[in-house]
Amino acid sequence: MSAEQLAELSDLTVLAAVLLYVLAMIAFATELAFGRFIAGKTAARAARPVRQPVTVGAAGDDAVKVDGAAPEPVAPESAPPSRLAERAGTVGLALAWLGWAANLAAIVTRGLAVGRWPWGNMYEFVVALCFAAVTAFLLTQLRHNVRFLGAFVMVTATLGLGAAVKIFYTAAGPVVPALNSYWIAIHVTAAIIASGLFAMAGVAGVLYLVRGDGMSRLPSREDLERVAHRAIVFAFPLWTFAVIAGALWADRAWGRYWGWDPKEVWSFITWVAYAAYLHARVTAGWRGKAATVVQLVAFACLLFNLIGVNIFVGGMHSYADV
Amino acid sequence: MSVRELEREQSPKQAGLGPVGWLRWAWRTLTSMKTALILLFLLALGSVPGSLIPQRGVDPDKVARLYDESPALAEWYDRLQLFEVFSSTWFAAVYLLLFTSLIGCIIPRTMTYLRELRRRPPAAPKNVTKLPHAAVIEGGPSLEEAAKRLRGLRFRVVTGDGWISAEKGYLRETGNLFFHIALIGILFAIGAGSLYGYRGNVLVVEGDGFANTVAAYDRFMPGSQVSAESLEPFTLHLDDFTVSYQVAGEKRGQALDYTAHLKVNDRPDAPARDVELKVNTPLEIDGTQTYLIGNGYAPVFRVTDGKGQVAFEGPVPCLIEDKATMTSGCVVKAPDAQPSQLGFLLRFLPTSVPLTDGNHASAFPGELNPEVQLLGAFSGDLGLRNGQPQSVYELAPPETLKKLKPLLMGTAVPKPLAVGQSVELPEGAGKLEFTGVKQWMTLQVAYDPGRLPALLFAGLAVVSIAASLLIRRRRVFVRVKGETVEVGGLTRTEGSAAGFAEEFADIVKVLSAGENDVR
Repeated sequence: MSAEQLAELSDLTVLAAVLLYVLAMIAFATELAFGRFIAGKTAARAARPVRQPVTVGAAGDDAVKVDGAAPEPVAPESAPPSRLAERAGTVGLALAWLGWAANLAAIVTRGLAVGRWPWGNMYEFVVALCFAAVTAFLLTQLRHNVRFLGAFVMVTATLGLGAAVKIFYTAAGPVVPALNSYWIAIHVTAAIIASGLFAMAGVAGVLYLVRGDGMSRLPSREDLERVAHRAIVFAFPLWTFAVIAGALWADRAWGRYWGWDPKEVWSFITWVAYAAYLHARVTAGWRGKAATVVQLVAFACLLFNLIGVNIFVGGMHSYADV
Repeated sequence: MSVRELEREQSPKQAGLGPVGWLRWAWRTLTSMKTALILLFLLALGSVPGSLIPQRGVDPDKVARLYDESPALAEWYDRLQLFEVFSSTWFAAVYLLLFTSLIGCIIPRTMTYLRELRRRPPAAPKNVTKLPHAAVIEGGPSLEEAAKRLRGLRFRVVTGDGWISAEKGYLRETGNLFFHIALIGILFAIGAGSLYGYRGNVLVVEGDGFANTVAAYDRFMPGSQVSAESLEPFTLHLDDFTVSYQVAGEKRGQALDYTAHLKVNDRPDAPARDVELKVNTPLEIDGTQTYLIGNGYAPVFRVTDGKGQVAFEGPVPCLIEDKATMTSGCVVKAPDAQPSQLGFLLRFLPTSVPLTDGNHASAFPGELNPEVQLLGAFSGDLGLRNGQPQSVYELAPPETLKKLKPLLMGTAVPKPLAVGQSVELPEGAGKLEFTGVKQWMTLQVAYDPGRLPALLFAGLAVVSIAASLLIRRRRVFVRVKGETVEVGGLTRTEGSAAGFAEEFADIVKVLSAGENDVR
């Protein structure tokens, strides 16, 4: 296939991904709408110590009973959910995986079409970012039941891809010489993965605030907080690495490792804000709501850094092509 | 007895807080988590103006423009040090307080940590099955065997009468401490770099050279401990500068690659070597880095004055007006011209094409059909000899410009000159010839002794923050009651219980498995 055809295919698969994400979102929303109510804080605590007997295969007849706590306390086992909800959730998951595959195909074909790492401008970056957020969600879902996040992650990914196509679209092409470096693979990839995880934490954080302490179809606040915290715990070291890799690249390209360029300033602010979240979580009086607010402020800084700085501020990172 | 003495006499009794007490209170407040949090917020908040208000170190031209446009505002910004946020006293106050708080936090924690390291895991509780994670193995291993297997899983193990207590995950606290120490290290590395390092910019035209001396720089920013003799004594000569551009498609005209072909002498007596300098691959000479950061055109002109003598000859670096087409503005000054000085304003078009309205414009950044457009020719005192520094990109300051006599302007200007063409000035004032095109590059030379330490500390920070966030402290207790082995486990790190169930199941599996199966 020629580069033009590949580029065209990439554009088409992005649209397919948008469509699939929208369908997945509808399915996940259906699951939420017909799902059961989950009590707030105190009730959830009481409901949790349901223990799941786990049989561990052992030599001979020595069957071992492990009386462990439920592996993931996110979905307490109470009244069984309606069949419609369950089916919708499964369909949603399948559609999300299909959308994910389309999103991946879009990135790969774009990369093949331009013969470089496909995150050289704002369009490519946002497409990759949505992919990372959906990947973070789907991978977490493999181990823990976080389906309740599905509808909201899909909304985020749909909006992101929509904005990429409508506002940031850039035709496939080469990048400026400053971006022609293996550092783009290291620095930008780390930033994308970290941002994807932060996005998932952000979604959980918003749900935390939306959900009161009372009855709701959403999981309990503690569970939402736990999901957000886990994502950030993984994302924060990655973000640290992304910033430092950026400094290494800046040292190669611009003659200084840190020069307070607007992008550098905002990645620093984002880093400090997430560090503040991690500290707030272990500070008396800050746990829970206040920490979640801090987390969301940090996420807002991240978004401003990814998008706002390129559009409104400029600086040496202005490769956005918008 | 003065009022103050009275106060001093009374206050310790009242508050029970002497100067030492107050100091202790201040220290405790400063090193509390809440203060650290507030300082972190202040640090983030304080950085915001650094990205929204132009910074002298990043974009001095924008600062100058702000002074022109709204002097009152600029005056206030300057008073609040908002043009140099990151070297301002208030920003320094925030981060120094933060780092003091950090040190105040690290020291006691290191002490606790060292004690903790030597402490053995506590005795197992009576009923281990009541722990958050528990399992019962029928016909399980003996006490010694279980302890051995737990050691095999790299637990720290203590055994007692019928029980085992095992703990693991000490690296979490190690990571936490090292991360915070690494942050202090980075701060010191940056500080050392700004004291003992320097940065400088210089523009070099093809065929010209540069020697690394303070005087040769167009802009030189030394740290306070840098002396002129400490500069690495290398020289370089720009033989040729090549740019390749995308020639077709939507991205037509986008630069693909810049290469500067240099001859470099590492020191005055060293032989010259050929170097290809590119973006993203700096030239390193004994820790001094030279970077290619910009380029442009320098058309070559010859100015003949009214007396028929050559008053100026050479390349003139032009300022880029439009990056996409490399349309550039040039100024030629001939202060030696007789009977009066001559000055020219020109526009350089690397690929000149005629427009329908008779004007010309550049259609491509590459040098395909280079032409210069004469915008104006002037005679009179250019004001170069009055001792005031002048920009090479400006013919004269506005007040001097008004006094100059325009020779050619507006409609009288002839059509653009190709290489080899010339224009005769009216009244026999002289002649301007466009004789060729060269390119210029801008280099940044940087020496920063803090680079490597900063990198090492940054690497340490990444590794240790990952360890500190991803490793959890966990304890496993075993009680052997005849053939029945009870196992209980818990995590000691808040918010990290989620993944432990799987690990606990694995541990139980190892404990219950046959000897061959021990992982």
